Formats: sequence, C-alpha cells, structure tokens
Amino acid sequence: MRLFGNARYRFIEARRKAYVFSALVLAIALASMVANIVVIGSWQNYGVDFTGGSLVQVRFDETMDAAELRSALGGAQAPPITSIGNEGNEFVIRAPLAEDREVEAVALEIRGQIQGAFPNSDIEVVRTELVGPKIGAELQQKAALAILFSFALTLIYLAIRFEFRFGVAAVIATVHDSIITLGFLALFRVEIALPTVAAILTIIGYSLNDTIVVFDRVRENLNAKGGRRQDPVALVNRSINETLPRTVLTSGTTLGVLMALLIFGGAVIRDFTTVLILGVLVGTYSSIFVASPALLEIQRRWGTKDLVEAQRGGPRGAGGGTPPSGRPGKRKKRRRKGRRVAGARA
Amino acid sequence: MLKSLRGRIIFIAVILGICGYYIYADGLKLGLDLQGGMHLVVEIDDPDGTLTDEARADAIDRAETVLRTRIDELGVEEPLIQKVGSDRIIVELAGISDENQAKDVIRRAAFLEFKLVRSWSDFAPDLPRIDRVIVATVGADSLGSLGRDVQAPSSSIEELLFGAGASEEGDSAAAEEGAAEAGDDAAVDAEAGQTAQDEASEAEAEEDDAAVLSPFTALLNQGSEDGVYLVAEEDVEAAELFLSIPEVQRAMPRDISLQWGMDPVALTGRIYRQLYVLSEDAFITGQMLENAVSARDQQFNTPQVQFELSRRGGRRFAEVTGQNVGEFLAIVLDGEVVSAPVIRDRIGARGQIELGGSTLQEASDLALVLRAGALPAPLRIMEERTVGPSLGQDSVDQGRVAGMIGIVLVVLIMCTYYRVAGVLSVFALGVYVVLVLGGLAMFGATLTVPGIAGLILSVGMAVDANVLIFERIREELDAGRAVRTAVEDGFGNALSAIVDANLTTLITALILFQFGTGPVRGFAVTLSIGILASFFTALYVTRSFFFMYLSRKRATDPISI
Repeated sequence: MRLFGNARYRFIEARRKAYVFSALVLAIALASMVANIVVIGSWQNYGVDFTGGSLVQVRFDETMDAAELRSALGGAQAPPITSIGNEGNEFVIRAPLAEDREVEAVALEIRGQIQGAFPNSDIEVVRTELVGPKIGAELQQKAALAILFSFALTLIYLAIRFEFRFGVAAVIATVHDSIITLGFLALFRVEIALPTVAAILTIIGYSLNDTIVVFDRVRENLNAKGGRRQDPVALVNRSINETLPRTVLTSGTTLGVLMALLIFGGAVIRDFTTVLILGVLVGTYSSIFVASPALLEIQRRWGTKDLVEAQRGGPRGAGGGTPPSGRPGKRKKRRRKGRRVAGARA
Repeated sequence: MLKSLRGRIIFIAVILGICGYYIYADGLKLGLDLQGGMHLVVEIDDPDGTLTDEARADAIDRAETVLRTRIDELGVEEPLIQKVGSDRIIVELAGISDENQAKDVIRRAAFLEFKLVRSWSDFAPDLPRIDRVIVATVGADSLGSLGRDVQAPSSSIEELLFGAGASEEGDSAAAEEGAAEAGDDAAVDAEAGQTAQDEASEAEAEEDDAAVLSPFTALLNQGSEDGVYLVAEEDVEAAELFLSIPEVQRAMPRDISLQWGMDPVALTGRIYRQLYVLSEDAFITGQMLENAVSARDQQFNTPQVQFELSRRGGRRFAEVTGQNVGEFLAIVLDGEVVSAPVIRDRIGARGQIELGGSTLQEASDLALVLRAGALPAPLRIMEERTVGPSLGQDSVDQGRVAGMIGIVLVVLIMCTYYRVAGVLSVFALGVYVVLVLGGLAMFGATLTVPGIAGLILSVGMAVDANVLIFERIREELDAGRAVRTAVEDGFGNALSAIVDANLTTLITALILFQFGTGPVRGFAVTLSIGILASFFTALYVTRSFFFMYLSRKRATDPISI
C-alpha cells in the first residue's frame, strides 16, 4: 500500500493562502487571550496549580445533578463546579484561595458542606489538591522559563546541525504552533494545570520533529548533485512532497493513538490529550505551510542568491528573526560583500 | 553484513534479558496519582524573611530530620522525603489512610525539652490510684476484652495474667470488692522494686484479680535503670490507651509526666519500649539551645555531642545540673525521649554529652535531633495533593485499555501499510516496549498519569523512526537500486532525520525534567527513556530484523515493504 507516492503538490505556491489562514487563526488566538484578560482577568484559565487554591474531586454512588450540588454549596456564591466523566456522578469543585484563610480550611469546608447536604448519598472524596499562592506563582515563572529555554536550545542545536536560518525558521513555526495552541486553550478556557504545560512542551517537541524531517530533506537535496543550481522554491516543494508519505503516516498513527487515549484514557488526562491532538494537527500543518515558506522568505529577504550560498554564509544575515510578512521578494538583494566563507557542512 | 547477524541477535537477546530481569525484580513504581496517596510540599514558615540564607539552609536540614522521625511514626511504607532547593521538602506518602493525622504529624512544631529523670519511688505510690481510675472509667468487663485484644501468643506472665482477666467476664462485683487490696499489693511490690513476674509467681491465686484490678501496673516492668519502666511492645498500645484517658491524666501526680522512649530496646529476646518517669516541667527548651555538634573526646576518642545554650539557658542549666549531679537528664523531642545521659558535673552554657559505646554517627544524629528541636520557625504545608486509591485504580485501568487499543492500532497500520517490513517493525516495537519498561524499572522512575501519556506518545515516535526508514527504502527501490543496497541506503539516509528529530525532542524532555515537578517530571523521564529506546530500536533492532529477513532470501528476490 502506498499513499501520496510521487506527490507533486505545489505547497509553496499556495503559501499566500496559508499566510492568510495562519494570520486569521493567530488573530483569533490572540483575541481570545485578550478577551480572557477582560472577562476573567487572566489571559488563561489557570488552574489551582498556578493560582493557588483548592480542588476537591468527589464521586457519588448515584447520578447527581450539578445544579443540586451547586445549590448545596451556596448557590450563586458556589465555587466553580465541573462535572467530569460520563456517568454524571463525579465532580470537581474548585475554590480560590482567600487571602486570609488557611488552605486546609477551604477544602475541609467544601467537604463538610457536601456531606451535610447529601447525607443519604455515599460520597467518596477521590482527589484533593491544595496549592499555596507562592508555589503557584513560582510555577508560572518556571513554565515560562521552560518554554523559553527549549526555544533557545533548539535554536542552538539547529544552528549547529543545519544552519542558523533553518533554526530561525523552525522556531518561527514553533512559536506559531505555541500561540495557536495557547489561543485554543484560551478560547475554550481549558484549565491550565501542570500536565497542560507538559503537553505544550511536547507539542513544541513534536512540531520541531516534523519540521526537522522536512528540513533534513531540504538539506539533503541541496547537497545533492545539481541541487545548488535549482530554484529554491521548487527544491523546497520537492522536499515537502518527498517526505509527505512519512508525514501523513506518522501524524496519522500518532493521532490514532492519541484518539484512543482521548476516548479510553479517562477524565484526568482528557485536557492533556486534547492539547496534544491539536498540537499534532497544527505541527503537521506548520512544518509544511509555515516552516518551509519561512525558510524561503528568510533567504529571500536577508539571504544570498540561493540557499547553497546562504548555507556557506554561516550564521550571518538572519536579522532579528522577524516573521515573514506578505511581501516576499520585494527587497531581494544580493549581498555578497563581506561574506565569510565558512564552508558547507558535509 | 550477514556475518554479524548472529552477534546482533545475541546482543538484542541479552538486552531483553537485562530489561526483563529489572522488570521482574524491581517492578514498576506507580506514582501517587496511580496508586493513591499523598504529596506534600513543606516549607519553613518565615513570612517576614528574618532568616539568613545560612540559617534557612540549616533549618531545612533539621526539618528533614524531624520529618523523617515523625513520618516513621506513621508507619508508611517507603515514604519519600526529599529536600528541594534551599528551603523546601517534598513528602510523598503512598497509600496513606488518614491524611489529617499525617498532616498534623508534619505540621507539629518540633519541641525540644530537657527534663530530669525521676525515681520509680516518686511515682509508684500513685500507681494504685491510677489503676483504680482506669478500672472505674473503663470498667472491668472492657478491660477483660481489651486484655484479649492485646494478648499475644507468648508465655509471658503479665500476658497470662491479662488473658486470665479476660475470662472473668461478668464477675465485676467481686472484682470491685478486691480492688483496693490488689492495688495496694501492686504498689507495695513496685516500691520494693520487684517486677511483675515476681509478683505473679508469689501470688498465683491473686493473678486474675491483679490483672483486672491493676491493669496499668501489670504492664510495667522495671529494668536496670531507675525511673525507666519497660513495657513489652505488644502492650504499648494498651498502655497508651490508658494514659490517654482524661481521668487518668487528671489522676497523674502533678509534678510527674510519663514519656515514651523513641527507640524500642531488646532485652532477653523480647522487644520493649521504655516509659520514662520525668519531671513535669522542662528546665531547658529548644529556644535556649544555640547549637549542637558531634565531636570526639580528645582524651578517650569516644564520640560526644557538644552543645551551646543561650546565656539565660546556661544559667538555668548550671543551677539545675549543679543540684542534680549523678541524676539522669532526659532529652525529649516532640514528647519522646531521645536519650537520657547521666549528669556528671555542674554544666553551664557549654556542655557535652558523652556517648561511651556509640558510634560517631549516633553522636551526629543526636546533635541533629538537638538542632532540629531548635527549629527557628514552624513548618508550613505549601502544597498538598491526595488521590484516593479508587481514582488511581481507575486511571491505571483506563491507561491500560487506551495503551492496548493504541498498540493494536499501530500494529494494524504498520502491517497493512508495510506488509512484511511492517511485521518486522511490530516485533521491533515489542522489543521497544520491553526496553522502555526495563528502563523505567532500572532508573526507579515512577509511572504517573502523564507518564503513561508520554509512554504512548513515545510509541508514536518509535513508529515514526520506522516509517522514516521504510519510506527511504521504498524511495531507493523506486530509484532502481538492488534490494540490499536499497535497505542499506534506506537506513543510512534516514539516520540524520532520526537523530535530529529525536535529539530535539530529547532536549525538550530534559528541560521539562529540569523545570518540572511531580507528575511533569514523571512525564519527562518516561519520554526521555522512550526516545532513547526508540533510537536504539529503530537503528539497531529493526535493522537486525531486516537483515534476518534478507538472509532468508536470494539477493535478487523482491522484498515486501
């Protein structure tokens, strides 16, 4: 069996459409974050891991109405209650951390209220979490640091293994993916817990993985006989098409496994899996429609005549890594003077 | 390439064997979110930031010791107590049943006191009264049934007494009648310094009554040190129960407190806990202790603990030790006696505790206990997560189901798409799974819920490596190369993509490990092990299987890919 064998799709030619599409999605993503700042006071729906506070997960021995539970916990003043699982008997109750209160007191109170309101039901507290506000603040900082570090290190790695501009293009694609994922989280107000951060970082890894496979082929085709004289657009296009069967098969298999995880993996990791699925989709898209065009745009704007010479040029001329705008080729310049010949990598 | 085939297969078999051994011997450790349990982050509570960094670092060392001792009390199996950073301790207790008790134990301020050890004779006159109070509040009947509860299959006299008492059910009237008499007997005996055994052998006829009528005294044995009772390990629970009765506490003499020794002692083949008769008031508390270090006596080279008291503490210490030379001094931490050295001389602000036959380790442990008792600030619980065992079990079950379905899916896709090559890769993936599980067992990594997800994701990555290789082989075949060359080149050309892709993901995983805590770390560890295993599987195992496949064919035969 063979899918997409000898494919000759003109991906790069369609890049303007992709730019528009990406810009639109990015705009929605950023708008969702801004809207969240206005509506809920924070750009993401941070869970207790980050804000500090308490979480109590209860399981009843019978189906329980969420509204009834809410009224038992104080009606309008009740803390947010989410039903989880498919059986309608499991709920997560979150309470923010009041300034002057002991963390434990809040959870005890919730527990007491539930047990008092439903004396006839058998209630099991299956999970409790209490996080002090200090820990939460530290976690936010650590998560941001972790993401920045992974950008920096992959950039360095790709600069060494490929060339600086390959690294910049890959990071552009990854930033693109991260913003879209964060926008999705903001749009649906998915709660940001520690595993969610892990999921975001995994997406960064996955997106890079996909991009690197394509770039690896670009590098190979460039170094092949006659690759130097080829039209860069055609060369990148060919590279994408050559790796297309792999891209489809790998993404498909990973998606399949993640779907299994989503459907059968239980409520605890549902958000986590959702983020990963989205990440695989966005990562696959971006390796074709963002990373590869970005590579070309960088080369056109700041690069030399062709990619081969650019590759010889070493880490010069990548500018500030500004994302490509929609005006390709207008400032195409040949800047040969002062170029150090660093020698192409084998 | 075929020459090395046998070597390759043997190597894979050896690796599989090693992993299998680790999986079998060590097993997989389940995280708290999977088996249920409690995760706590404890910090030194210093809101005003008055502590210097040095003091804080020292305080956290002391706090770690305190927590270790306290958690041992809880009897949790394999507790994890880990210092993180400069001011934090992570405590993980698997399968804990009473979380509030656990938290209380942890939050309790470490309290160090120096108290004088009193004589038996200071306490013995009060024993009959205490016994009477116990009989009156608990009742002879319950005492009988209690006796049965604490009875152990042993021939010790006091247990026989206790057991016999149990048979006296319904005879409470007679019991009460003889209460005063029997109680007095016990008191006299105790005063005379005789053990319960002696009493029993003397007055066998009174055995039954004595056990019921002097329930507390019957548990006490006198050892060689004055002021220290020995209570058999199996009686400790009953004794603690008696002492916790409010009426009993009121009946205690005002200037005396009974406190347990921290460590059990073995004597003539049995295990005892020491019950010290101490002065009620502590003349030195942890606040007065400035420092304590272990050292060696310069003259005799024996280990000792040197301590330093505040000026006020020093004056008080000098006064009390001066009056009580030759007496014993009990060092009490959190209500338990850690050690009770003899007072040799009048001691001022600087003193030392000689530990004749002990090791230097014991001396430094004692020094740490002393310093721990002088914790400059209480401990505060910063973060707490508990997962009930049922939720954990659900997660394990769901993870298993999802994993199985995922694997079946991968097998189906690979076998339909790549035929025989797909089957080879499925076998390689089997090796991969064993490698990952073996790696997890070898490094003692804990499997968490995100960890399972990481594992499933890394299966995806392992598949990716195989896909990359197979696609390359197909391309080489399309380009008209001979089968063996195509296979060789396919592996060779896919190498750079696999290396770069895996390494960047590994970088991300390592960053996660560095910055993550708890479940995220578990995810990072499983992902890292998964990536390394996938690397090895794709480049070595799949390749070997391919060689095996090719070795059964003639060079000109087509391959199924």
